[in-house]
Amino acid sequence: MLDFIIKRLIQVVVVVLLALTVVFFLIRLSGDPTALFLPPDASREQIEEYREMLGFDRPIYIQYGEFMVNAVQGDFGQSLRSKEDALPLVLSRLPATFQLAISALILSLLIAIPLGVLSAYKRNSVFDRISVALTVLGQAVPSFWLGLILIYFFAAQLNILPSGGAGSIVHLILPMITLAAYSVARFTRFTRSTMLDVLRKDYIRTAKASGVPTIRLVGRYALKNSLIPIITLVALDLGTLLGGAVITEVVFAWPGVGRLLMQSLMNRDFPIVLAGVFIVALIYAVINFIADILYAYVNPQIRVK
Amino acid sequence: MENQVLLSVKNLKKYYEISQGMFKEKIVVRAVDDVNFTVMKGETFALVGESGCGKSTTGRAILRLTEPTDGEVIFNGTNLALLPYEKMRSLRKHMQMVFQDPYASLNPKKSIRQILMEPLKVHSKFDKKESLQKVISILQIVGLSEYHLDRYPHEFSGGQRQRIGIARAMILQPDFIIADEPVSALDVSVQSQVINLMLELQKEFGLTYLFISHDLSVIQHMTDRVAVMYLGKIVEIAKTEDLFNNPKHPYTQALLSAVPITHPKEKKERIILKGDVPSPANPPSGCTFHPRCPFAMEICKSELPDQARFEEGHTVNCHLYSQNKEEINYAISHS
Ligand SMILES: Nc1ncnc2c1ncn2[C@@H]1O[C@H](COP(=O)(O)OP(=O)(O)OP(=O)(O)O)[C@@H](O)[C@H]1O
Ligand code: SF4
Ligand SMILES: [Mg+2]
Repeated sequence: MLDFIIKRLIQVVVVVLLALTVVFFLIRLSGDPTALFLPPDASREQIEEYREMLGFDRPIYIQYGEFMVNAVQGDFGQSLRSKEDALPLVLSRLPATFQLAISALILSLLIAIPLGVLSAYKRNSVFDRISVALTVLGQAVPSFWLGLILIYFFAAQLNILPSGGAGSIVHLILPMITLAAYSVARFTRFTRSTMLDVLRKDYIRTAKASGVPTIRLVGRYALKNSLIPIITLVALDLGTLLGGAVITEVVFAWPGVGRLLMQSLMNRDFPIVLAGVFIVALIYAVINFIADILYAYVNPQIRVK
Repeated sequence: MENQVLLSVKNLKKYYEISQGMFKEKIVVRAVDDVNFTVMKGETFALVGESGCGKSTTGRAILRLTEPTDGEVIFNGTNLALLPYEKMRSLRKHMQMVFQDPYASLNPKKSIRQILMEPLKVHSKFDKKESLQKVISILQIVGLSEYHLDRYPHEFSGGQRQRIGIARAMILQPDFIIADEPVSALDVSVQSQVINLMLELQKEFGLTYLFISHDLSVIQHMTDRVAVMYLGKIVEIAKTEDLFNNPKHPYTQALLSAVPITHPKEKKERIILKGDVPSPANPPSGCTFHPRCPFAMEICKSELPDQARFEEGHTVNCHLYSQNKEEINYAISHS
């Protein structure tokens, strides 16, 4: 087990470093940002001076090396615009993103698992059909569109919920629903199909044959055996959920990392973009790491290997 | 004990409805279509037939692991098909099933201890200490040991797993066990060990078996009577010896002709059936075997054959014999 953990930890480090490297070069390839920060009538000398000051005049591999050395020490430099330290700025936006993503996750699990279990148990019933139709819809609807529709009805028409911003539970409702919609649909479908698979398994029949009551059969035996794939999917989807948060944050002006990343990218505020990518990649890799450990823990077959 | 009926299956049907989408008509798969037979206390009754003929479905419908569409299953005088859920659940301790695939039939997340304890817990037969004693003794009976208690199913070989499956079925001390191809997933070398174990258990505990198989040599070796199934129906029932010596139904004859000959002097022609087994969703009219039957007559296309009875409970569903019977009846009544 320890071997397994160490191996997976090394993978986490590699993934994060790779993500940083790729983004660093992509962003440099797109040109240097100095022009954006200087008045349009700045002279050549001024631009050169500014580039020199920021270090953009040196060969790219030297810049890269320097960036990486600083980055692993947690130093991503300062915002080109506000001169704030990049990493603390990104970190300060993290709680808001987490709040959004985690509440959306909890909401979707609370809805999806009972829905999926019931759908599987009552397969082909009217209830099942409606739930399947809704999940297809839920997965097909793009979140920015859903977000706008929700704003239109609940904020513009009914005027009962704020259209954006943060600060209270009320502000959380619409972005949370928007972000959760896709996951609800995905988790429900997945729970349903995994449950159906498991319910068809011989060992469920074996349990039934020895007289285990139906409620326990479905609720405990089948659900417990479905949980591994569900946990895996949820863990993998956490990354997607964080990604979805970026768009949702933009639609609802939610002050999280996603919105900051988007703004910084528009402004070509590289240090913040890189610090943001670092944080997002790190979280993504760590989540998958935890998922793997959990997976190994609940599945004795993997643990033994 | 002999000649006492333990189980009697009457007009048992299991139809599966398969929906093909919202606007299309449903397909009805007649997996089990009007099956009748009785099993005597202490005997081993075999159900034989090609893949997909409805053997497993029959077994499951008897135990109500799948709800029968119609028919009666009378076990020790009680009609299981009409039993309310709770009553059925508590009756399950008397009848158990051993499944074909020992890899799939044991819950991979549970240790052997948990797997074997479960039936005892469900029926609250014993307290904890007694249960453990019981579990250990049953493990020894099937040739495993206490030492295996906290292992998980994947740590065992196929044969060992099937022993665990048998232990699990045996632990409630049932009267009746349905064994659905219990050895077909195992290596040939292991098959006979498991079969011998089952035979020993039968002797020791007076068990009655419904033994489902498509392996004729296994059936010849271990069963008392055989029912041959084709497309959801039983076409012939006979004592095992009679069936092998004197198969009457054309389908049985074809099945047996495929078995390797045991005596080199014996000459046997292999009967090759034309065509494939038709789908149970769309079975042929009349005798469902008629498109493949070398003896098919005009009447076979339109009319379902009645059961013809011979000595020693040998029955056959085939017009070849029902016609004879009419002739015999005619001859008798006019003499
Ligand atoms: N749950 C189900 N839904 C629809 N059709 C089914 C279902 N279970 C079985 N069938 C169909 O019923 C028929 C009989 O199946 P069954 O499993 O009883 O056959 P079998 O004789 O046990 O075959 P095998 O030797 O392959 O185990 C098959 O045509 C099968 O496709
Ligand atoms: S009833 Fe006719 S078709 Fe069917 S088995 Fe007998 S002879 Fe063949
Ligand atoms: Mg079968």
